[in-house]
Amino acid sequence: MIGRLAVVLVGASALSLLIGDGFIGTAPWPVITDIRLPRILLAVLVGGGLGLSGAVLQGVLRNPLADPGLLGVTGSAGLGAVVVFYWGLAASFAPALPLGGLAGAVAGTACLMLFAGRTPSGPSLILAGVAVSAVAGALLTLALTLAPNPFALAEVTFWLLGGLENRTLFHVALAAPPILLGAAILLRLGPGLDALSLGEDTAASLGVPVARTLMLAAAGTALAAGAGASVAGGIGFVGLVVPHLLRARMGERPSAILPAAFLAGACLLLAADTLLRLLPWVLPLSQSPPLGALTALFGTPFLVAIARRMAP
Amino acid sequence: MIGLTHHTVTLGPRTILRDVTFTPRPGELTALCGPNGAGKTTLLRALAGLLPHTIHPDPTRVAYLPQSARSAWGLTVRQVAELGRIPHGDRRTEPVDRALHLCGVEALRDTRIDRISGGEMRRAMLARAFATEPEVFLLDEPTADLDPAAAHDVMGLLRRTADTGKAVVVVLHAIDLALRYADRVVLLRDGRIEADLPANQALPNAAALFGLPYGLDPTPRLLPPD
Repeated sequence: MIGRLAVVLVGASALSLLIGDGFIGTAPWPVITDIRLPRILLAVLVGGGLGLSGAVLQGVLRNPLADPGLLGVTGSAGLGAVVVFYWGLAASFAPALPLGGLAGAVAGTACLMLFAGRTPSGPSLILAGVAVSAVAGALLTLALTLAPNPFALAEVTFWLLGGLENRTLFHVALAAPPILLGAAILLRLGPGLDALSLGEDTAASLGVPVARTLMLAAAGTALAAGAGASVAGGIGFVGLVVPHLLRARMGERPSAILPAAFLAGACLLLAADTLLRLLPWVLPLSQSPPLGALTALFGTPFLVAIARRMAP
Repeated sequence: MIGLTHHTVTLGPRTILRDVTFTPRPGELTALCGPNGAGKTTLLRALAGLLPHTIHPDPTRVAYLPQSARSAWGLTVRQVAELGRIPHGDRRTEPVDRALHLCGVEALRDTRIDRISGGEMRRAMLARAFATEPEVFLLDEPTADLDPAAAHDVMGLLRRTADTGKAVVVVLHAIDLALRYADRVVLLRDGRIEADLPANQALPNAAALFGLPYGLDPTPRLLPPD
């Protein structure tokens, strides 16, 4: 499965290099290296980070509804970006936007750790995440209502919906280290997640440091999904749906799906983004629809199919 | 190796265990009995090091089975038993196969744990504890959800396990199973150990603890298998 996903990912990336906005074929070299390549690399990194952190969070919280957005870190990244917009920093200095997102994600993670306390349990981590989400959401709405001009408002809203267009290698360089570091942390949690499927007491009796595992899962998610959100905005659903897709094929042992979740998330987001670039070909659109909307539209049929199979 | 001396556990305003001293002994099957809320589960959790201010024992030597063990995911019975190897950090298959065989769930090895009965699930969870090959077993209600024959099977297995030199501590509501299979019966009430007796002398105290009469009952009863 992992091998097949890797082949699919490499093939899709190569094909995607040949697909421009509304046309297929080669293009001048700078178009490929400066426009298409960063977009593909970001789709792979962001999608992979979301898929993997979704799989780890669902495992560690024993909850099939968990999603990287649950911890409020992606929401905080959005807030950071909006604050940058609000002060008009983005207009004068382009990298300010992802940097603001990253700062927001870091602040959100700090709040999460503070709220969850030193020895969190699953429910206390979820509640801390909901609290961070609520605060970030409230401040974001506040910033939007206070936005200096309607143009900024439209731009911010569009950014929040998520997308990969007009990203450069700077965005890749900014997002890659935290996402890869987060992924490295998350991939090591496998045995702990397996033990946690029998509950926190049993996991502790098997020698798994439960609070530490929860903290590492939260930190890894903050890095992998928070950095993704700070360069790509809020892309939903990848983290929720990818683990379910894999469980249906690879069995339900939480550690079994971890590396595959990175690859599958990368494939899903890359496919969605490539399709997005092909869309002007078939539909006359003034502006391409947000990537987050497409991932949700893509993912829902799979989720419904899985839910129907689960029903007794 | 593990044990409690003059241990007290409080949870908010309630004192769950008061001044309890208890040590599991190798080669002995001990039953913890008492009314609901007497502190049996808390005593077991304290022994397993799962409460604040308790010592976490070596997980390769002590296995703990909680009262209502469930799996969040649809693992197969074999995958559940394999979790018992996590403390050792190895993937040895013989202990897992042996545990599945001992607990009578070999035939279900590739069946998902959420597609089997409550009693079969209980035995799969027990197989997880056996797969660890520990020195001490701490088992909370291992016979809950089991039919009478399966309950005798499991108690017989625990009896034989104790006879090989392991320390086995079980929380049991079925007093008759405790008196029939255990070496030692510990009676708890309101967080205190009321009596710690050889099983063959425990009936009068156990009856008094529950406020029930005891004596010979001429009605024919189910007996354990030979």
